[in-house]
This record gives sequence, C-alpha cells and structure tokens, in this order.
Amino acid sequence: MEFGPHLMLAMLEGLVQASVLTLTALGLSLVFGVMRVVNVAHGEFFMLGAVFSWWITQAVGASPALGFIAALLLAPLLVGLIAALADWLVLRRIEYDPERTIVATIGLLYIIQQLTLMSFGPDARPVPPPFNSRIALPWFEWGEGGLSLYWPWGLSITSYKLFVILAAPAVLAALWLVMARSRLGLVLRATRIDGEIARTFAIPVEKVYALVFGIGAALAALGAVLVVPIQQAHYLMGGDPLLLSFIVVIIGGLGSLRGTVLAAVLIGMSDGIISVFFTPTLAKIIATLLVAMVLVFRPEGLFGERRA
Amino acid sequence: MRGAPVKSLALHLGLIALLFALQFVLPAYHHGNLARIMVMAAYAMGYNLMFGYTGLLSLGHAMFFAAGMYGMGLSVQYLGLSAGSGFLAGVAAAFALSLGVALLALRTSGVAFMIVTLMFAQALYLAILHFAPWTRGDEGFVIPRAARVFLGLDLADPTIRYGAALTLFALVMLAMLCLVHAREGRVLVAIRENEPRAEMLGYDTWRHKLFAVTASGTISGAAGAAYGLLFGYVGAAFAQVPYSIFPLLWVLLGGAGTLIGPFIGTLFMFYLIDIASGMTDAYMLAVGVALLLLTLFAPRGIMGVIRERWVRWLP
Repeated sequence: MEFGPHLMLAMLEGLVQASVLTLTALGLSLVFGVMRVVNVAHGEFFMLGAVFSWWITQAVGASPALGFIAALLLAPLLVGLIAALADWLVLRRIEYDPERTIVATIGLLYIIQQLTLMSFGPDARPVPPPFNSRIALPWFEWGEGGLSLYWPWGLSITSYKLFVILAAPAVLAALWLVMARSRLGLVLRATRIDGEIARTFAIPVEKVYALVFGIGAALAALGAVLVVPIQQAHYLMGGDPLLLSFIVVIIGGLGSLRGTVLAAVLIGMSDGIISVFFTPTLAKIIATLLVAMVLVFRPEGLFGERRA
Repeated sequence: MRGAPVKSLALHLGLIALLFALQFVLPAYHHGNLARIMVMAAYAMGYNLMFGYTGLLSLGHAMFFAAGMYGMGLSVQYLGLSAGSGFLAGVAAAFALSLGVALLALRTSGVAFMIVTLMFAQALYLAILHFAPWTRGDEGFVIPRAARVFLGLDLADPTIRYGAALTLFALVMLAMLCLVHAREGRVLVAIRENEPRAEMLGYDTWRHKLFAVTASGTISGAAGAAYGLLFGYVGAAFAQVPYSIFPLLWVLLGGAGTLIGPFIGTLFMFYLIDIASGMTDAYMLAVGVALLLLTLFAPRGIMGVIRERWVRWLP
C-alpha cells in the first residue's frame, strides 16, 4: 500500500481507539472533577463491562445484534450499580480522603480482577459484532485526466468500526445535554464547584458522589461494550485503558471535561497511528515519560486553566 | 523518655537475635521463606522511611527495587563483576535513579506525586522489556551459581543465604533505628505531620524530603540487589506494578511509621499469599481484600494499634 492510503487506514484505527478512550477517560475525569479522588479501579470497571457484555450476548444467544443491544443497555447499568455500591460501602466510610481512596481502590482493583479470574477464567473470549460488513474506501490520485478515485487494495473499514466512531460523539452529546441542561447536571456542577456549599443547599452530596462514581464506571463499561467485538474480553484487559485514561486526564487537565475530550482524541489518534508505524513499547516509554513530565512541570495539564 | 531508646534498642536487637536463633529450628521450607521475608522486609523498611515517616506515598517503588536488581544483574552478567561489586553497582544504580526521580517528583505533591512515581516506574518496566536483547525481557535471566560467591561464601547455600539475608535485614533495621532517634528522623516526622509548620520552624523541607526519597530508594535498591544475588534470578516481574503495591501493603498491614511494622506486615502477608495460592490461582484476591479491610478498619496497622494502646515508646 502507498503511504497515503496507509496513513488513512492508521487514522481510522486511531479514531476507533479515540472514541473508546474518550468514553473511558471521561468517566475517570468526571469522578475526579466532582469527587476529587482518583479511582485506580477504573480500568477494572472497563474490564467488567467487556466481561458482562460477553455474558449477556451468550445468554441472549440467538442473534448477535439482539445480544449487542442488550449488552449495550445492561452492562453499563450493572457496572454502574456495582461501582455505586462500592462507593457507598467503602469510599463513603473513608470520607473520600484522597490518599486512602487510592489505596482502597487498588484493593478494589485486585478484588474485581481476581473474582473475574475465578468466575470468567483466564481465557480471552470474543464477542461477535452485531453487524460487520466490510466497506471499501476510495482513494484519489492525480492521473492523466485530473483527479480520479480508485479503491486501493486493503483500504477498508468494517461497518462496526464506523459505528463505534460515530457512537462516541453521540454519547458525548447526550452527556453534555445532561450536564448543561438538566436539573441533575446542575446538582453535579454545584457539587463539583464546592461540596460544602452544595450541602448547605440541601443537595445530598453523598448520594451525588455515589451516583457520579456509578456514572463514571458506567462510561468505562460503555466504552468496553463498544470495543469488545473488536478486541476480546480478558480479565487483565483493564491495565491499558487505566494507564491511557490517566494520561488523557493528566494531559487534559485534572478534572476539566473539555480538556479530557480534546486529549482523548489526541492520544487515541496518535496511539492508533503510532502503533501502525512504530514498535509499541518504545512509543509507550516515550509517552509515559512525557506525561510524567507534564505532571511535574505543568500540573494543570496542557488544556487546563492555571488555578491560583 | 530517657529509657525509650534503650528499650527500643533491646527490642530490636531481641528480634534480630530471635531471627538468628530461628534458623536452627525451622524446617527447610520455612527456613527458605524466612530468608526471602527478611530481604523483602528490608525493602519494606526502605519504603516505610518515605511513606511511614515522611508521609510521601509512592506507587512506583518497584523501580528502585528493580534498579538495584538489574544494576547488580547486568553488571555481573556483562561486565563480569564479582558478587560484592555487583551488589555495590546495584545500590549505586538505585541511588542515581532515586536521586533523579526525587528531583523531579518532589516538585509535585499528594495525588500528583503518586501518579508521577507510578509513571516513572511504568517507564522503567517498559524499558526493561524494550531492551530485551540484554535484559531478556519478561523471561529474565539466571545469575550463574559461580557468580554468587561473596568473600568465598556460596550465597546459594541455604545457611549462608539465611545469614546474608539476616545481615542485610539487621543492618537496615539498625540504620533506621539510629535515623528515627536522630534529629533527621524527627524532622521527617514533623514534615509528615504538618509540612507548612515544619517549614515555618525554619527547616528546609525540600532538602529533607530529597534525603528521605533518596535514602528510601537506595535501601530498596539494596534489597533488590540482594534478592537477585541470594535467589539467583533477575526478572521484569519485579519491576511491575504489584511489586510497587506489595511494600505499601506490608507497611500498611504492619503499621506505617513503626520500625518493626514492615517486618510483621511482610511476614503476615507472605504467608497469607502462600496459603491463598495453595487454594486458588486468584491469590491476589487476598491482597485486594487485605488492602480494603486495612483502609477501612485499621489504617494504622498492627504495630500502630499496639503502639496506640499499650507500648507508647515504640519507635
């Protein structure tokens, strides 16, 4: 393949990555923004979403499309409930102390991961995509008769990947509507700005926290349900999304939702493109070090606002 | 107050004597385990210096342990150093890394500090994988038995291995004992309790924290180098996230900011995991449950509770 079509293919792969990463990182960012705690178990909620998705499609059986719709609705809901329960039982009791929360969520990480290993087993399991037709994409070239289109061999995308690329902006728009226009969004924003004052206005802050923790985990699970027909479900799959979400949230500025989305697209795209052209390990080393440096020298993130 | 240092010296020397005596009664399996536990407890004490005494929570200590281990392993393997100088090379590598990490990471604090240390550790782990032609990546490499001889003593021999582990453990413990009773140790505790106040009293808190991180990293590296020498294996698993979480868990369980705590925590957790792994593949579940229960119900750990209730003078 020539360079142009190859780059196009890499960018499409990058867009798929970016869509899933946007949803996952947004969950982490929402939790940090409102509750001021870092959820280290976030990657495991992602993994749970994928595993539930496999279970639900297996239970529904018959048609992959029906199973996928059921998974899309049920898996995030279940994961959200589990997360809210964990928040209520654990985080509320340690009063959301930032350092103790990190230690507690590390504990949660191992519990979720190992319980999955015990029930789901150590194998990676595929989930069939609901639809999967191959769409060939055209490329242009300057020929003798001016601009002409042709279909290079190998330049194509599946309809399912296209769906993933479009699904993320739709979820994003819905989330934005809730945050900006609804009463629930108002409560969330009030709690985010100042929990103490929100409490004096009769906002049940602890319930809001449980809800936010649930929504954050549900977003990760949603990302996982979308990605699992492309990647397989595995009990250790939570590590990479966690690290990437960390990177995104840091680059985007801790707690800034707009920055998170920008950074997720940037990181997801470059991750997709880099992994097509370079060895992934070296790219990861450089990315990890760069992010650490951002945190050291520009703790408010690249897109975040400098706070006084 | 006058009697406290004497009592604590007696207590810690007593523990060392007890460990020395135990080697004659323990069956082979537990004898080997205890040697491992003592090296890991030295690692935990290094971690405790930073987390328990200075209040700096690192999530990337595996990088210092691995720096010591690989500094020793690679120099023995490729430069043909002897065990003794290989050990020193490992300690030097850990010192250099911890100094560099401290200079950068100490510009942040709180949650950002934890994530920065986590990131640096991840970068080192990936670097070990990347340089697989030398480090043999995930697989790791074995230190040949011929290279594991120190002053004519074969470190692979169980009795000598036990003695070497006990020596390392005792040296680290006595050094820590001196430190916590010295001025420096008290300044570190002051920083943990209230950094702005310590600063207002005229202490250059940044320099003291720099000392704490570097000393902690160097001790951890010494434990890593010793582990590689005594058990003859150097592998990337020791640079991975669980080996950053373990010392945190050991210290939390035993009691952060106590001298004996890290040893007690390592001992308990080692056998808990040993028993759990006999029952199920998912033995890390024990780690998760322990972490959760500790943060919820006993944030001060075993020795922390004992100190609070009964033995006020415990260092």
